Amino acid sequence: MPRRAAIWCALGLGAAVVYPLLFGGPAPLLWRSSYALNVAFLILFAAFIGQSWNVAGGFAGQTSFGHVVFFGTGAYVSTILHVTWGWNPWAAWPMAAAAGAIVGWLIATLSFRAGLRGSYFALITLAFAEAFRILANSAPFTRGGLGMLITADPRAANFQFRDPVWFYYVALALCVASLALAWWLTRSRFGARLVAIRENEDAARALGIDVFREKVRALTLSGAMCAAGGTVYAQKYLYIDPSIAFGVDKSVEMLLVSMIGGAGTVFGPLIGATALHLVGEVTRDLGNMVPGVKNAQPLALIVYGVILIAIVRYLPDGLMSLFRRARRRGGGA
Amino acid sequence: MTLDIAFAGIVNGLMAGGVYVLVAVGLTLIYGVLHIVNFAHGSLLMLAMYAVLYLFRQPVGLDPYLALPVVAGGAFAFGYALYRGVIGRFSGGKDDNILLITLGLSIIIDNAALFLFTGDTQTIDVSYAGRFVTLGPALLPLPKLISFGASLLLCALLGAFIALTDTGKAIRAVAKERQGARLVGIDVENVFAISYGIGVACLGAAACLLMPFFYVSPSSGHAFVLIAFTTVVLGGMGSFAGALVGGLLIGIVESLGGLRFGEQLGQIGIPAVFIAILLLRPAGLFGER
Repeated sequence: MPRRAAIWCALGLGAAVVYPLLFGGPAPLLWRSSYALNVAFLILFAAFIGQSWNVAGGFAGQTSFGHVVFFGTGAYVSTILHVTWGWNPWAAWPMAAAAGAIVGWLIATLSFRAGLRGSYFALITLAFAEAFRILANSAPFTRGGLGMLITADPRAANFQFRDPVWFYYVALALCVASLALAWWLTRSRFGARLVAIRENEDAARALGIDVFREKVRALTLSGAMCAAGGTVYAQKYLYIDPSIAFGVDKSVEMLLVSMIGGAGTVFGPLIGATALHLVGEVTRDLGNMVPGVKNAQPLALIVYGVILIAIVRYLPDGLMSLFRRARRRGGGA
Repeated sequence: MTLDIAFAGIVNGLMAGGVYVLVAVGLTLIYGVLHIVNFAHGSLLMLAMYAVLYLFRQPVGLDPYLALPVVAGGAFAFGYALYRGVIGRFSGGKDDNILLITLGLSIIIDNAALFLFTGDTQTIDVSYAGRFVTLGPALLPLPKLISFGASLLLCALLGAFIALTDTGKAIRAVAKERQGARLVGIDVENVFAISYGIGVACLGAAACLLMPFFYVSPSSGHAFVLIAFTTVVLGGMGSFAGALVGGLLIGIVESLGGLRFGEQLGQIGIPAVFIAILLLRPAGLFGER
């Protein structure tokens, strides 16, 4: 890593570690604001699950429209283990990730064995998510449409925290770990093989890359990450139901975060998540200021849609490419 | 499941399938000509359903069936403009880009509807909604029977249009051999826009046929996205006959699934068929690949 980049990363990490102390913790340095903490949590969390999408969708180029299937699997597996079987949620967490990896492996093996690519792969992931949603809606062990409630018992040993600062730090740790993983992908042979597959699958095969195996690996890894996120979500909100866990909205969010920031880049999902949430907050506030507007939430999503189309048109490499351009113009490192 | 109930289920499924055929024909035409997956299909259908609702609520109270030419025509113009203004211009001809642009469009349309019409489901009240026709042991709601007949008739008209007219010839030429069509002087971009417009016009017609017995909400497009894709993939992407057979089959699968597995789990039939077809026979029943 170039020295300047390392310094920026250290600064960013330092700011992220200090940030919640300004608004939360035992004695806030500025003022107490659960809003400021919550937005920051959501950004880091979206960056993490966006990065999980990025591993398969960005680096390996396997655009999935149904990534929520892993998120929901993770959320349900840990919650069922915890609520129904009395497991400690910390112990259930790795099981959730393992379940996500298995589902990722299964979907990848089936789809790639059948030779599905591009739009077809995107559509089959969507269908898998829908099938899981219907199953969760009718299976007895998920309590169907009623959803599952986790009893509130805020102890750290219980993966529940009285102070929201701790969930922020959990999300920060996951986000940093996922950035490290993405950075490793840009340096490792595995990552290089994925990029080769994304750029030209047939050429990659001709070079002797086992395309099928690498794609399955990418999706397995991606599934495990996303499922780990599902557990965190369930523990933070203490409730999941089939449409939260397997609804198409989360799939779209993961894809947007990654695409808008820059698919296949290390910091893309983080930048995308920051941009989307800030845009979302601003449009919601503006919408609320206009008299007569009752529901400003859709406004934010309309703006997302417009941004997505504009990005595809004008910045096919996402917001990250703006930084790269600026750097090139500046002639710096 | 007794034989009588199964028969009633199959007939009811066929009726529902009639509208799926119309929705899927639009999707398959767009795919067959432009080779793009139109992810905004469900959202555009939902938009057309609101248009039907709006026309019905006017002081004159336009009946959905009478509104059909108006809505289909409007939908054609909208689809044509959408292709010209956004999809064709912004995609740079890349498949993945079109997928993402149509996804963006569906996000915009869905949320614009949510913003303008709230999330409530709405229905229209037509006098003939409660009428039934008996067919052996099956009891058929009249609007479903009408939509079934009208849908097949419209598909036949569309088929004739594509088989017989000059525009239809141009569409077939572009679908088959894009470069060649360009070389003999066909305005390919215009044919793309026309095909997209016709695909959306099918949705306008489908919306008119659906509204007398269905409801509309900003998310009702979602219900049709997977059905439409399943139909098209089952029949073979780009195949008209496939969309026809696929739509009717999907209607039956849905209806029998509901009878056998109940309201909730019965819905699994559609994604299950979709996954199975993609994995086992991606060319579909009538596709060539």
